[in-house]
Amino acid sequence: MSTASPTPPKAERGVLTKKGLQADHPTWCPGCGDFAVLAAYYKTLEKLDLPQQNIVTLAGIGCSSRFPYFVNTHGGHFIHGRSLPFASGVSLGRDDLHVFVFGGDGDGFSIGGNHLDHAGRKNFRMTYVIMDNFVYGLTKKQTSPTSPQGFKSKTDPWGVFDRPTNPMRKLLSSGATFVARTHATQIKHMMEMYERAAKHDGFSVIEVLSECVEFNKGAFDAGNPRKGGAFEIIDEAVHDVTDMAAALALAEEPWPGKFGVYYQSVEPTKNKLESDLVQATREKVGHRSDKELLSKTFASMR
Amino acid sequence: MPQDTVNPIPAREELIRDAVIRLAGNSQDGIQSIGGFLARLAGRSAQEVMTYMTIPATISGGPSIFQVRMGTGEVLSAGDEADFLLAFYQHSYDNHIGFLKEGGVLLYDSDHVKPEDSEHRFVLVGVPISALTVEALGGSSREKGKNLFALGLLARIFKLDVAKLRAIFKERFGGKSEDVLRNVNLAFDAGFSYPIDNVLDRYFSFQAEEQGDGPQQVTMDGNTALTLGLIAGGVRHGAGYPITPWSTIMEMLRQQLPQYGGVFVQAEDELAAVSMAIGFSYAGRLAVTGSSGPGISLKMEALGWATMAEIPLVVVNIQRGGPSTGLPTNVEQSDLLQAIHGSHGDCPRVVLAAENVEDCFYIAREACELARKYSVPVFVLSDMSLASRIEAFDEPDLDTLMVEPTLDTEDRPENFKPYDLERITRHAPPGSWVEGGVFPQVTGLEHDESGHPSANPQMHAKMMKKRRAKIQQIAAELPASQVFGDTEGEVLVVGWGSTWGPIRETVIRERDRGRKIGHLQIRYINPLPNDLEGIFARFDKVLVVEMNDEGLYGYGQLAMLLRARYCNPAIRSLNKTDGLTFKIKEIMQGIEAISPFPTATL
Ligand SMILES: Cc1ncc(C[n+]2csc(CCOP(=O)(O)OP(=O)(O)O)c2C)c(N)n1
Ligand code: SF4
Repeated sequence: MSTASPTPPKAERGVLTKKGLQADHPTWCPGCGDFAVLAAYYKTLEKLDLPQQNIVTLAGIGCSSRFPYFVNTHGGHFIHGRSLPFASGVSLGRDDLHVFVFGGDGDGFSIGGNHLDHAGRKNFRMTYVIMDNFVYGLTKKQTSPTSPQGFKSKTDPWGVFDRPTNPMRKLLSSGATFVARTHATQIKHMMEMYERAAKHDGFSVIEVLSECVEFNKGAFDAGNPRKGGAFEIIDEAVHDVTDMAAALALAEEPWPGKFGVYYQSVEPTKNKLESDLVQATREKVGHRSDKELLSKTFASMR
Repeated sequence: MPQDTVNPIPAREELIRDAVIRLAGNSQDGIQSIGGFLARLAGRSAQEVMTYMTIPATISGGPSIFQVRMGTGEVLSAGDEADFLLAFYQHSYDNHIGFLKEGGVLLYDSDHVKPEDSEHRFVLVGVPISALTVEALGGSSREKGKNLFALGLLARIFKLDVAKLRAIFKERFGGKSEDVLRNVNLAFDAGFSYPIDNVLDRYFSFQAEEQGDGPQQVTMDGNTALTLGLIAGGVRHGAGYPITPWSTIMEMLRQQLPQYGGVFVQAEDELAAVSMAIGFSYAGRLAVTGSSGPGISLKMEALGWATMAEIPLVVVNIQRGGPSTGLPTNVEQSDLLQAIHGSHGDCPRVVLAAENVEDCFYIAREACELARKYSVPVFVLSDMSLASRIEAFDEPDLDTLMVEPTLDTEDRPENFKPYDLERITRHAPPGSWVEGGVFPQVTGLEHDESGHPSANPQMHAKMMKKRRAKIQQIAAELPASQVFGDTEGEVLVVGWGSTWGPIRETVIRERDRGRKIGHLQIRYINPLPNDLEGIFARFDKVLVVEMNDEGLYGYGQLAMLLRARYCNPAIRSLNKTDGLTFKIKEIMQGIEAISPFPTATL
């Protein structure tokens, strides 16, 4: 095949340490929930032991989306809202890469909301982490699609009128084949969700409640036991993760709801379907060279 | 002898050897397929061919035409007016008779069309096409097959190579049931045996010449040629969203690429399509995205990113009439400035324009080469008229032209700087190891040489210069511009894109009249070649011909660029926005307006 991926890299290059993964010092405000999201990513990568040069960390635009600069892997900081189609191209173009995408709620649910539905239904092989802070951080406190009604922002000084997006309902209905929810203060749980998402063969999405201490302080205390809240984990002995109706019921639970894997199913990925198509087609044309194939097309136009 | 011949055939001094044939009917009559057969036949004969077609904006039904021009020499444009009109219905007659040359032939279906009795300007030949087709096919098939009956008539009138035509039918219909092929031949034979040639023999001299020894000819439309050029250039990945007239490229890529080991994705919109294509390219697979005007504007933000991040990418714009959804099925060249300057900030990129169907192939291939070599988005401009026009051209030599795609994941050295100020960026896709273990960040933020965000004012100025300089370097490496005709004299007619043919034909005619006129078609529009100033200086007037509006100050889009660059007051503009290709007559008038014919010397 003319566009075959390169042979897997040498193992000795793949040993990852937190030190080796650290890049620029994060520019987030002290206390921002995003620090923990980053720490959990480092630790998960250490544990997964993937070849460093084959990990790709991508993002859209926002405070959270500055993520790739702080990770020493190949990284891409794309435009606002379009990280998913960008990442889909990376994933489909190269089967040998591990693609992780990070972004905020504005990036993922607002400007890029349409792309979620299509990345989900096409089931690209990659992991998407939405660092949800219920506010626009980078542009300094405007209303986000997840801002609760009544929240006072610079664009809604009287309090938000619009009903918020229900993130889990949105993620589930996108068709993503792995959907989970976690809280940035719960690092062990976050890591577990990351690891399971990374090992899932398909489009995996995680909503992480990640507090913006600058513009939405205390928003997620209700899910943080250290602030007197309840961090209730889904019991998978009771909740069947392959049951979409049950997952949707979980999504409707009153705030702060439950944390863990809402839904997981095994479905063919776009990557697999396309590469099967390539293989079948290559077979059908007798693995002829590109030049022979194009010559044949020209011959049919004589 | 057909009784329906209304007018006696006037005696002609000269027989027509280069015929413009317009077929007018409804889209469900298979008008396009007659045109397709004629075009393919001509491609297999020594004749040159050019076709031009319009399709109705409504999907099912509606008036439709197909125009084909065949000649024994080089055919450059679709022709100003028709020598021959075949009208299936009254509306075909009513709407197109005005396009028939004085003294031209109107062949009409006498079952449906009643020409005006007073029509003495044309040769009127009526044939009961509908009734005879039904008769030939046994009545059950209603009026289907009329197109093949008509093709039979044309084959007889124009002495087409029937054996070759039958071979084409076999290729086209051989895969279907035997009945289909049999009916095709029955309808064709009925038309072919209709005794019409003795009427028109005195009119047309159209004996196809024998195929010479030259290279094989291939026959296709511009979008097909462009698609094959992308494949030859090594594109195996891409993404798009449907819009006329770009869609057929994405359909073909979707269908063709898997056999080459590639993939083309239909995305949810143009923003996703360009982003995905950039993702492919970032991952080391040179990709294509494309659209027509409205979709191209949606892609602009991401294209700014690709320029900033220095990612190779091919972007195809099959222009149609604008603004907005404008004239979806008509031709215009009004996206030039969008291609060059669209997006935000100062965002220099490469813009190329295809001249004809053959050039669609070469220019697409060249775009891939430039994108890869300079890590930059490259625009390929084509338009509605090239997209669907069928032409025959010499088969490209794939031994020298085929580019095998490569994936560049070689190790990068220690202290590797992806955006080194001293050299042209060579993108390092994921998978490439960097000695010392510091991996590149690819970003739309202004950055330093290692890709880290930098708002340092000097750095921004330096990076801006670096991005500009590589485009300037392309200009320095362009081949010398070729002037056709006179290389100095009264008027240099300058064009870009699909106006190539009508301009060339105009210049040939003007020179035949004894005028000193040259033609320069600009294929490389951004950057412009460095040798234009000297060329312009050798002419009294430079007339820039384009299918776009004259703007607020009387200059079309290319004319404006050229005036800005050369400050040459001899540069004038000839524009039109009727959604139709230029007629020879119109360009001749444009020349006349700035440089009257020197009658004194006659
Ligand atoms: C096309 C476009 N529109 C608007 C912006 C401005 N902008 C930058 S980040 C942002 C919102 C970020 O919010 P979110 O995604 O929730 O991320 P956070 O900063 O809260 O982590 C906006 C509107 C932009 N960069 N590009
Ligand atoms: S503004 Fe909010 S989201 Fe952004 S870095 Fe500061 S705390 Fe974090």
